[in-house]
Order: sequence, then C-alpha cells, then structure tokens
Amino acid sequence: MTSLHILANSGTNLDPIYGKVMFWILAVLAVVAALAMILVRQAVHCALMLAVVMLSLAVMYAMQGAPFLAMVQVIVYTGAVLMLFLFVVMLIGITSAESLKETIAGQRLWAGLAGVGLIVLLVVGIGHAAIGSAAPQTAANGTDNLTGLAQLIFTTYVFPFEVTSALLITAALGAMVLAHRERTSPKPTQRDVARRKIESGQVQPEPPPGVYALHNAVDMPAMLPDGTTTSRSVSDAVVQRDVQLGRDPQGRVVADIAGQDRIEAERQLEAGAAGRGEDQ
Amino acid sequence: MSPAAYVFLAVILFAIGGVGVLIRRNMILVFMSVELMLNACNLAFVSFARLHGNLDGQVVAFFVMVVAAAEVVVGLAILMAIYRARRSASVDDANLLKN
Repeated sequence: MTSLHILANSGTNLDPIYGKVMFWILAVLAVVAALAMILVRQAVHCALMLAVVMLSLAVMYAMQGAPFLAMVQVIVYTGAVLMLFLFVVMLIGITSAESLKETIAGQRLWAGLAGVGLIVLLVVGIGHAAIGSAAPQTAANGTDNLTGLAQLIFTTYVFPFEVTSALLITAALGAMVLAHRERTSPKPTQRDVARRKIESGQVQPEPPPGVYALHNAVDMPAMLPDGTTTSRSVSDAVVQRDVQLGRDPQGRVVADIAGQDRIEAERQLEAGAAGRGEDQ
Repeated sequence: MSPAAYVFLAVILFAIGGVGVLIRRNMILVFMSVELMLNACNLAFVSFARLHGNLDGQVVAFFVMVVAAAEVVVGLAILMAIYRARRSASVDDANLLKN
C-alpha cells in the first residue's frame, strides 16, 4: 500500500513537478493510444490500444488521490471488460473484415470535423468556467480513500448501491438468455457418430498437415501413401488466413507442385531412366 | 497538475471516442469507442472529486464502472446473437428495421 500512497500523494502533496511530468507522459500516451485505437484496422490491435489508454487512466486516478478506483480500473476494465472484448474478437472478429467503403459519403471527414468541433466547444466552455486548484481532502470523508468511499457508498449512496446489485443480476441473466442457443436437432449419440463415420468412408481421422509433405508447416498439405497430396489435411482457417494476409494459399500450390515433381522423379527412377541427380 | 488539465484530457479522449463511434463499421470497435468515452467521463468525475475535495465524484465513477461492466456483458451478448443470425459484425448489416 505504501507505493499506492506515494502515487496518491504525488498529485497533491508531493513535489508538484513529478505530478506534472507524469501527467504529460500519461496524457500523450493516452491520446496517442486512443487515436491509434480508432484508426488501426485490426480489432485485436484496437483492443490492445484500449488497454494502454485504460492503464494510463488508472495511473492518473492514483495520482489524483483515488487509489481504490485505480485498482478497480485495472481489475474491472483491463482485467475483465477487455478480456471479454478479446474473447468476442476471437469468436467473430478474425474473419469479419471491416469494409472500408463509406456508407454515407464523406462520413469520415464530417465525423472528424464533428470531433474537433466537440473538443473546441468543450475546451472553450470549460476554459470559461475558471476551474481553480484542487481543494484539500476534507477530514470528514474518513481517514483514507478506502474508508471514505466505503462510508459514502454505505450511507449516502446505499440505495444506488442496492439498485446496482439488481442491475448486475439482470445483466448476467440477460447475457445468459442472449447467448443461449436452442438445440434444433436431437443430440447425436455415440451410435449415430459411429454410423456416420462408417458411411462416410473416412473412419480414421484426417491426415495431419505438413508431416508427410516436403515441408513441416501447418499450411502444407499432407502427402498420402500414393504420393499425392490431399487438401483435406489443411484447415480451412489456415487457408482463409493465408488469403486474408494477401499471400494467397501458396503453401498448397507449392506443395502440390513439389509432390508432382517427386512422383515424376520416382517414376523416372523406376523406369531406370537417367536423371538420378534430379532426385530430391 | 491542476484538475483542469485532467478535465481537458478527458474532453479530448471523449471526442476521440465519439469520432471512433462515428467512423468505425465493426460493432466491436464501436463498442470499444463507447468504453473509451465512458473512461473519459470517469476521468472527469475523479478530477472533479479532487477539485471539490470530497469523494462523491469517485463514488459516481465507481458506479459508472459497474454500469459499464453490465453494459459490456449485455452488449457483447447481443453482438454475438446478431453475428450468429447474420454472419456479420458490421453495423451496416443490422438493418432489419430499415424498410
């Protein structure tokens, strides 16, 4: 707790130059990360940028005499909320590329102008309000931040606090109802699965990628005992990722060509023809 | 640093979040921008608490955090439901009420 108290005091009692330096570092960091968050294309990168903003805000809370809120910010926002975001990005965001087409003409330009206008409006408005320097913490709020907050929450704000519990239960139930999917077909039994496998003609599992091919990589199709390659060994997700990253499924083509070469070489070898040097 | 500087920073972050809501097409990213705006509001609340020398602003920021957590849970569940139904996370594709 001592380091927290030092942080908490750095904005108020300690040498103000530390507060100033930390504020400018964190402010620049937060604004740059926030801008990157709305401009970067990949959803995962946006989530990481948001984490940077939230962590710098947490340090700012600590500097402003709110160590409890700083910890809650780290635990609830960067710990829980952002992990939830990352889970959803993993579930749906990877394959859903964002279209760059503007649905409304000039939307980006006008949105940017509106943002700048909002900043100017609020800065001018708040600048006219003549915000003074920080008032000292009154002793009536308790001995320290945590005690003071607890006293306020459980006396003045006890009713909103109770309402919060209802809100949280409703949210948890709502999430369960929304995420629930009704089963439309009966669950296949072990017998059904076995029958489907036998009927499909593929009893054993699919061949793993890369292992029997010339290269040991997941986007390389496996080579079957007869020397041909099979595309069934490469996961669709890998092919999709290759396409998404711009290097269209090279692996499959290269491996197929290599396989053909090898079959050709083996045939020549069997025929006793010259060309032992070409055998790879 | 005087609380005014923190309030100005909160204003800038809020505006950036607002622009993000307007320009991004992916629902997850719109959601993240909303979170950024909520965080900016919290920063303003904490600054005002320091300005007034009491803890009411911090309590309000605390409640905002709780509400934001609940909102994220429900919002992401809705997003998942929409994605399952339409196979898309773009805000332009959820237009069933359009006609």
